[in-house]
Amino acid sequence: MMSADLFTTLPEILLVLMAMAALMWGAWGPGARIAPVLLRLLAWAMILVGLGLLALGGDGAQTAFSGMFVDDFYARVVKMLVLVAAGLVLLVGEAHLGKQNLLKFEFPILVVLAVTGMMLMISAGNLIGLYMGLELQSLSLYVIAAFNRNSVRSTEAGLKYFVLGALASGLLLYGASLVYGFTGTTDFAGITQALAEGARSLGLVVGLVLILIGLAFKISAVPFHMWTPDVYQGSPTPVTAFFATAPKFAAMALIARIAFDAFGGMKIDWAPVLGVLAVLSMFVGAFAAIGQKDIKRLMAYSSIAHMGFALLGLAAGTEVGVEAMLFYMAIYVAMNLGTFAFILSMEREGQHITEIAALSNFAALAPGRALALLILLFSMAGVPPFLGFFAKLEVLKAAWQAGLTGLVIAGVIASVIGAFYYLRIVYLMYFGPETEPMESRMSPTARVVLTLSAAAMLLGAVSTFGFEDLLAAAARSLVQ
Amino acid sequence: MTVTAFAFYVFAISAIGAGILVVFSRNPVHSVLWLILAFISAAGLFVLMGAEFVAMLLLIVYIGAVAVLFLFVVMMLDVDFAELKASMAEYLPLGLLIGVVLLIELGLVFAHWNFAPEAAALRASPTPSPAEIANTQALGAVLYDQYVYLFEIAGLILLVAMVGAIVLTLRHRPDVKRQDVVAQMHRDPKAAVTLIDMKPGQEGRAHGFRGK
Repeated sequence: MMSADLFTTLPEILLVLMAMAALMWGAWGPGARIAPVLLRLLAWAMILVGLGLLALGGDGAQTAFSGMFVDDFYARVVKMLVLVAAGLVLLVGEAHLGKQNLLKFEFPILVVLAVTGMMLMISAGNLIGLYMGLELQSLSLYVIAAFNRNSVRSTEAGLKYFVLGALASGLLLYGASLVYGFTGTTDFAGITQALAEGARSLGLVVGLVLILIGLAFKISAVPFHMWTPDVYQGSPTPVTAFFATAPKFAAMALIARIAFDAFGGMKIDWAPVLGVLAVLSMFVGAFAAIGQKDIKRLMAYSSIAHMGFALLGLAAGTEVGVEAMLFYMAIYVAMNLGTFAFILSMEREGQHITEIAALSNFAALAPGRALALLILLFSMAGVPPFLGFFAKLEVLKAAWQAGLTGLVIAGVIASVIGAFYYLRIVYLMYFGPETEPMESRMSPTARVVLTLSAAAMLLGAVSTFGFEDLLAAAARSLVQ
Repeated sequence: MTVTAFAFYVFAISAIGAGILVVFSRNPVHSVLWLILAFISAAGLFVLMGAEFVAMLLLIVYIGAVAVLFLFVVMMLDVDFAELKASMAEYLPLGLLIGVVLLIELGLVFAHWNFAPEAAALRASPTPSPAEIANTQALGAVLYDQYVYLFEIAGLILLVAMVGAIVLTLRHRPDVKRQDVVAQMHRDPKAAVTLIDMKPGQEGRAHGFRGK
């Protein structure tokens, strides 16, 4: 019994043990010198665990610890994507961290622990387990947001994230306690059973909405997005890159998990809530990004808008919708990895810069990189030949099939508005006035990631190489 | 009066008395000491109710850690208690008002309080009867067996908190002398101490001691 449970949670246990061993090594070992080695080791370990998880996990579903931990195909696919994204962010950010004197050995360890928290979230089968995973993830994120402790902005980012995150946790817990009060259980299976027996009541609806609000904070869906621009701008850029990728995916997967696994019988209650969050996020993300001068802030609003589209898929409440959400999130993460690999390289006289104006006339300086960035930005805007367009199309199609015509129209309008600010950057790069030249020093890893992600956006339109089938199978295992 | 009832009244009266003295004693250190007495009395009350685990928690956590922390804070921070007391009179009416409102609310709640008919049966099921199993043992069985998964994650969360606190606050200052126990133990007395034979009447000469 116990050994079977431990075997089911083996990937998480492996990661945690590695993090602790790394902690010991860092604390007692040769000190700061090993930080880059540790970072690479842990990053590759995460990527390998992620790939191994999917390759060796099979396609069955089992639970551990009396249903608190669910290991199904959905969980394995999402975990693989989260782990690979986190590993790549670490590898890409290494050079930048070293340059900013931020490469302490604790950094990769905190990232690994945060990713472990995300894996626990994705596999949650119980409200308490969900909360614990979420806290493990959030607490590590608060710390790395404030990692540049000599910078006022970074400290402010950490503090702001912490205070608002605590508020979100409080709302989530309040909702969870209401759900527990009205169903008498914290197990997802138990909640489903109680709903089947007709337990739906006003208190349960309030509880569900509060839980969704708590999670909406984590994916920064409007109107719970206020922390995002400041935290993205203030945190060290590699941390921002991490925030924009793995945690978003994990929290979105968690929303899908709780909506289908626990509250599958209350679709009429959560689908409209997610729909409202989706529309607000798409529009606020599109409008607020227009005036931004800092590329990290711009990426914050861009991620808010993208979350809106992903939520649109979930709001459909169907298997196709979940598949569309997974597809959208996977592509979103891939685009962000490439874009941040570039943002990390933006420099002037050895100083990291993040102003959009610095990109002016960049195409004359480095045509190859400008082209890669152009592909990524077009893809984010949803311009047809690129993969980002198909991601938006899938989501809108799923919503259309579910009969959400209003949401689909809103989504199309928002994506047209949003295209403006992506195209503005492209315009600046190619036709902008000549200014003080910007340097772009990229490590080989960053170069590979940027090239690969741009190539994927281009080739993905031709064929996704079975990736879509994988996501479809994952969605099927969640929605049965 | 049975022994149990006698013990109850002793603990209850000392808890209330100590509580009042916490508020009214002039010296803050005395306040903390009275607070410790209140905690101990409450622990006694818990033992009388058969909740020995909570009693031990109260002793270890509240008295052993929290009260001692209070003492440290009171002694180390320079808080002007006379000034605090002076502003108390200012806020007294507001405080009293809130107190009265709370009291009325509590009264309203209790006036309309009725238990669901199945509440007693529901309450009885999750906990085994104290006669069968000691409550420390029962808690242990739940915490380390049924909920071991959550217990372990809680441990991880605390680890993250510790790592985070150290990462964000620890500064290595080169000018601070650190204790090196191994070096201390391996110090050679011959190299560190010199014994000098002093003749009586020579203490006026200033070069008597040579320390390292």
